[in-house]
Amino acid sequence: MIRVALPQHLQTLARVGAEVEVPVSGAVTQRAVLDALESRYPVLRGTIRDQTTFKRRAFVRFYACEEDLSHDPPDTLLPDAVVRGVEPFLIIGALAGG
Amino acid sequence: MSSVRVLVGTRKGGFILTSDGTRDRWSVSGPHFGGWEIYHIKGSPADPNRLYASQSSGWFGQVIQRSNDGGQSWEPAGNQFTYEGVPGTHQWYDGTPHPWEFKRVWHLEPSLDDPDVIYAGVEDAALFRSTDGAKTWQEMPGLRGHGSGPNWTPGAGGLCLHTILLDPANASRMFIAISAAGAFRTDDGGQSWTPINKGLRSQYIPDPNAEVGHCVHRLGMHPSRPNVLFMQKHWDVMRSDNAGDLWTEVSGNLPTDFGFVLDVHAHEPETIYVVPIKSDSEHYPPDGKLRVYRSRSGGNEWEALSKGLPQENCYVNILRDAMSVDALDSCGIYFGTTGGQVYGSANAGDSWSAIVRDLPPVLSVEVQTLK
Repeated sequence: MIRVALPQHLQTLARVGAEVEVPVSGAVTQRAVLDALESRYPVLRGTIRDQTTFKRRAFVRFYACEEDLSHDPPDTLLPDAVVRGVEPFLIIGALAGG
Repeated sequence: MSSVRVLVGTRKGGFILTSDGTRDRWSVSGPHFGGWEIYHIKGSPADPNRLYASQSSGWFGQVIQRSNDGGQSWEPAGNQFTYEGVPGTHQWYDGTPHPWEFKRVWHLEPSLDDPDVIYAGVEDAALFRSTDGAKTWQEMPGLRGHGSGPNWTPGAGGLCLHTILLDPANASRMFIAISAAGAFRTDDGGQSWTPINKGLRSQYIPDPNAEVGHCVHRLGMHPSRPNVLFMQKHWDVMRSDNAGDLWTEVSGNLPTDFGFVLDVHAHEPETIYVVPIKSDSEHYPPDGKLRVYRSRSGGNEWEALSKGLPQENCYVNILRDAMSVDALDSCGIYFGTTGGQVYGSANAGDSWSAIVRDLPPVLSVEVQTLK
């Protein structure tokens, strides 16, 4: 299971806590984790990435293991600590505006 | 006994204000969806407990919420708004072509007779419809495709479709308005659209009398007389007696004819309300005095309504979707301000009081009169 940390607004929307776990079969990539997350919580579709282009929303960032993975290609493998469930994949609402 | 439910959308959540028919004491519920922009909440005329809310955020995009119990509980509905076919381009601020991109839903207009049918006016300007209670949305592409779409330009608030009026006497007819393209009418259920901007004059566009390009802020209609339309344009208050075929100015003795909101008395089709705003750069009432203006003659002759409203140091704005009326015997009028106040009048505007004072900036106000 992959641990995914969600920002507060998406926790409220999906009616979950700060962190959820999703199953990912095969290569653990950003795309695979988001696919699994949206499959389990369909209400999150469109809130993290565009529903048609799958492009990350401008003010959403992806972090893991103290690294900013936001600009990595979506099929890049995530860090091993995320794959093993030691570290969460962090979805962050960027600091922007009031 | 009748009661009233006021649905308030703000920059940081939705609020529901309720009162019995006396409208003396109010209960406030909210914030619903705290932290999100709630552009609009509206109830179905066919089932008043069915509410729809447009919830959006610069971070997380668009969500549509639906309630089946008058706003006590909510469930997310469909949020995929995909333009039909190749989206194409409209004109950007600098005159260059700019791809059509969905940003948010400004206005939700439930069908008059089916709670599962609802229209959505969106930015970048387009009209969508759902026939399954907002689970799925389909664009009504005839509007953007009627020919002038590539020339539409955004106003300062974006290229938004903000007004949808359904004709209660003719299910095939509806009116919409876009900033800054103008007003449009369909007579065939949305398949084809006609610009209805003849008579408008806007000095801020190259051809002041152009067929499209006018910054229409709001349209109003009394349901008993759907061929008579009223308009608050960027500047000018206008009236049409032929379903928009021709407009005439009825600003009359208003202290300024710039403004955003406009509404029509529930029982008097010739009684209309606006809130004059000093100018398009200042966006606050003249002289720091908040005054609603009422015309009982369908325009031209206006009287200031100020009793109970702040008459000094008031520099708020009233946005285009932030006024509504109830249908009780003595018509109630409500409006919200960018300062977070929601004012109500239970006597058609003769006197006002603040229902609530310190909400986030108010984006929209809708009223349901409940039996």
